[in-house]
Amino acid sequence: MAEEAIPYGRKTQRPSPVKEVHILWITAGLSCDGDSVSITAATQPSIEDVLLGAIPGLPKVHLHNPVLAYEVGDEFMKYWYQAEQGMLDPFVLVIEGSIPNEDLLTEGYWAALGTDAMTGQPITTNEWIDRLAPKALAVVACGTCATYGGIHAMEGNPTGAMGLADYLGWDWKSKAGLPIVNVPGCPVQPDNFMETLLYLLYQVAGLAPMIPLDAQLRPTWLFGKTVHEGCDRAGYYEQGDFAEDYNSSKCIVKLGFWGPVVNCNVPKRGWMAGIGGCPNVGGICIGCTMPGFPDKFMPFMDEPPGARVSAGTIGIYGRIIRSLRSVTNTTVNKEPKWRHRGTELTTGYQPKNY
Amino acid sequence: MESTQTITQTPTQKRTLVDMNWDPITRIVGSLGIYTKIDFANREVAECYSTSSIFRGYSIFMKGKDPRDAHFITSRICGICGDNHATCACYAQNMAFGVQPPAMAEWIVNLGEAAEYMFDHNIYQDNLVGVDYCENMVRETNPSVWEKAKQTDCPNFEAHGYKKISDIMTALNPFTGEFYRETLQVSRYTREMFCLMEGRHVHPSTLYPGGVGTVPTVQLFTDYMVRLMRYVEFCKKVVPLHDDLFDFFYEALPGYEEVGRRRILLGCWGSFNDPDVCDYKYENMEKWGNSMFVTPGVVVDGELVTTSLVDINLGIRILLGSSYYDDWETAETFVKTDPLGNPVDQRHPWNQTTTPRPQKRDFDNNYTWVMSPRWYHEGEKGEGSKYLALDTGGGPIARFWSTALAGKVDIGYIKATGHSVKIYLPKTAMKDEVEFEWKIPKWSNAIERNRARTYFQAYAAAAALHFCEKALAELHAGNTKTWSAFKVPDEAIGCGFHEAVRGVLSHHVVIREGKIANYHPYPPTPWNANPRDVYGTPGPYEDAVQNTPIFEENGPENFKGIDIMRTVRSFDPCLPCGVHMYLGNGKTLETHHSSMFGSHK
Repeated sequence: MAEEAIPYGRKTQRPSPVKEVHILWITAGLSCDGDSVSITAATQPSIEDVLLGAIPGLPKVHLHNPVLAYEVGDEFMKYWYQAEQGMLDPFVLVIEGSIPNEDLLTEGYWAALGTDAMTGQPITTNEWIDRLAPKALAVVACGTCATYGGIHAMEGNPTGAMGLADYLGWDWKSKAGLPIVNVPGCPVQPDNFMETLLYLLYQVAGLAPMIPLDAQLRPTWLFGKTVHEGCDRAGYYEQGDFAEDYNSSKCIVKLGFWGPVVNCNVPKRGWMAGIGGCPNVGGICIGCTMPGFPDKFMPFMDEPPGARVSAGTIGIYGRIIRSLRSVTNTTVNKEPKWRHRGTELTTGYQPKNY
Repeated sequence: MESTQTITQTPTQKRTLVDMNWDPITRIVGSLGIYTKIDFANREVAECYSTSSIFRGYSIFMKGKDPRDAHFITSRICGICGDNHATCACYAQNMAFGVQPPAMAEWIVNLGEAAEYMFDHNIYQDNLVGVDYCENMVRETNPSVWEKAKQTDCPNFEAHGYKKISDIMTALNPFTGEFYRETLQVSRYTREMFCLMEGRHVHPSTLYPGGVGTVPTVQLFTDYMVRLMRYVEFCKKVVPLHDDLFDFFYEALPGYEEVGRRRILLGCWGSFNDPDVCDYKYENMEKWGNSMFVTPGVVVDGELVTTSLVDINLGIRILLGSSYYDDWETAETFVKTDPLGNPVDQRHPWNQTTTPRPQKRDFDNNYTWVMSPRWYHEGEKGEGSKYLALDTGGGPIARFWSTALAGKVDIGYIKATGHSVKIYLPKTAMKDEVEFEWKIPKWSNAIERNRARTYFQAYAAAAALHFCEKALAELHAGNTKTWSAFKVPDEAIGCGFHEAVRGVLSHHVVIREGKIANYHPYPPTPWNANPRDVYGTPGPYEDAVQNTPIFEENGPENFKGIDIMRTVRSFDPCLPCGVHMYLGNGKTLETHHSSMFGSHK
């Protein structure tokens, strides 16, 4: 009988109610494309795992990312126009790069993608966000530039760069009711991003509840711990045994290291396949996942203000250190005040508009 | 997508030109658009404009910052070769701070950078540019070439296992192709090698001025070495595979050597410092530059003009093209003479002042965020022609050409012969030892840029074998120091020279009162992708694209522009440095047409 031939597993697996989903990926923020390059390094899952249907339960995924696309020019851009016209439903919008402040300009542009057929002028990245965000099932900010502004939003910058949530609003919700999903990191840790994307695809397929996010809109299971809490050099810290210079495999908290107050899982997860990272392999933590990056961590190679206190009082465990750290953690979890919309540049660079 | 216009050049000559635009160009890093006018009757590109659309302002927001932060910040310029920037910044910091890292640190940096070349050339060659040569693409653009590929045996079948050329093309199809997926995996374990040495890809965590924080242990080098040997075995397959593929294009499409061809004007700033010689003192820069494991040099019409980093440094000029910036002719001169007493030009990066002036894109006036880097060569006739529009050819072809002619590198695994470079790869698990020889090609064109990229994958692996031996010797001798202390001086200047994956890279820093007073990085893409300069000298893409004949079989209605794409991608464009270009030629045409870009879709 035909029914007996059906494998048992097929009875337990639910096909995704959504058959196909598109991922529109804009790299044309103020970016280095490092996050797109980063995801090609991911293996948990890999990009081909997701695209070739290697993971059960997911809808068919179509990726439109300029770094990997087969198509060029208009053939590539047609998906953007289709999405704008509501013909590409559902889609997830991924933004890579800081959002510049185009309102500062009387003419010209800071960042653009494609050309407007009517004016012959480039279409700004901000314009694309305005067109596509309201139509997207979910909007994901990939990397610290897109999440919080990052390097290009440094003090003294001429572009007025900011993060996506500064641009769309921190309480912005997609048409499906999802907040902006922030996956910070400079660049984003490969598996952190692909895993977040996988979670959202599971959610689209009805196989996962609402993605759990913290106040900075980060997935809680990835960013709920500090660098220090996941570092294999923390044992030296506990013993009060600190590296005095970079020729050491001991705890480098005195050498310009912000790990105790930075939300990041890299020392524990490694960079790829468990290899690499930052403090665990001799690299100072410069706080690159944080809203306060880079300004609140510079100069990177100086001892952080809190480090001396906590390092000196290492014998005293408990509440004092934790509360001291929590003050600093709150500070570095906030962006500097000049990352905002409006017609005036407040980064310290002159002119204030163009 | 297209519009047709008839342009009268002379009363007796008529050309029908079709606007063909591709914006964005995909499968590169960064934003690039190509706008062309194509003469389909004569099968050639008549005009080409090229534009990119991002400005970020590194030189501006770095002012006043702590000079020790420079490598952390500048790494973020590029998302595929950020570590090249970080490394180059550390070289400049080492000079400015007067510090020499321990030998072990140099070997670790060299191993990291070698892994970067292995990774980046690999992913670009076969996951990005390779798609231009895959079955799907060839069938769409040149069905007759596909038919021929099905009939053509691979001469190197034994080495790579693909019987017909068409089998290679099928294996290169995105995601479904077997070789495409294999190279994605290779790009991962090579990045693991990178992470062993520099912590994280692509923005390293363990690099510092004065050395590295990487802990040199037996395990570190074991982990690197086992992956390296896997890659060495992969090279024995990948080099013959690409030789077969590229030779086939010359054979299948006679005249294909003209695609992307331009005058031989190549720059290489050298790679891999030798800690036995390199003390980072400017005064000794010519000497330690000549001991690099990729020899710096400028190649003009096939002749090696210099290998001195001092000559290279002093010859750099940044000219204003049609860009959105104010001139700095009357701005402050930060560095009047170099530490040897040579005068430094106002148009040198040490003296550049960057002031952005955003405005409408106007192809008849200003349309670009990038300026035109040139290299001043006294030997040329005529003032304008002394400013050479050097290109990097995407990196490897210039590195090989310079290294081959200089004949200096001789490390067992690699030997520069004066006319070629020999690369020796030892026995691996499944394959015997192999010697490859990169020979100076007849042309600087798209195919040879791509071929050199494959050979440089083997070069980087061979160099890494040497660096591993050197590092292990230090380790076994107990020399595990990786970092030298330094103090940031109140006043100093520094420069760093390196080869980013896709070509020349320089960083110039001026320090005053202990802070950055001026900082100008010059990555490869501005050299390759710049507009005409003030003397009217076209940038390298201009030459390359506008001399490109059209071999594609499609007419205007379904034209893919594959020959143009292959030309542009042969330079391995990496646009995050904020490049805008204007590739205009055809003076007669220009005066007759009104700007129509974007007025049709």
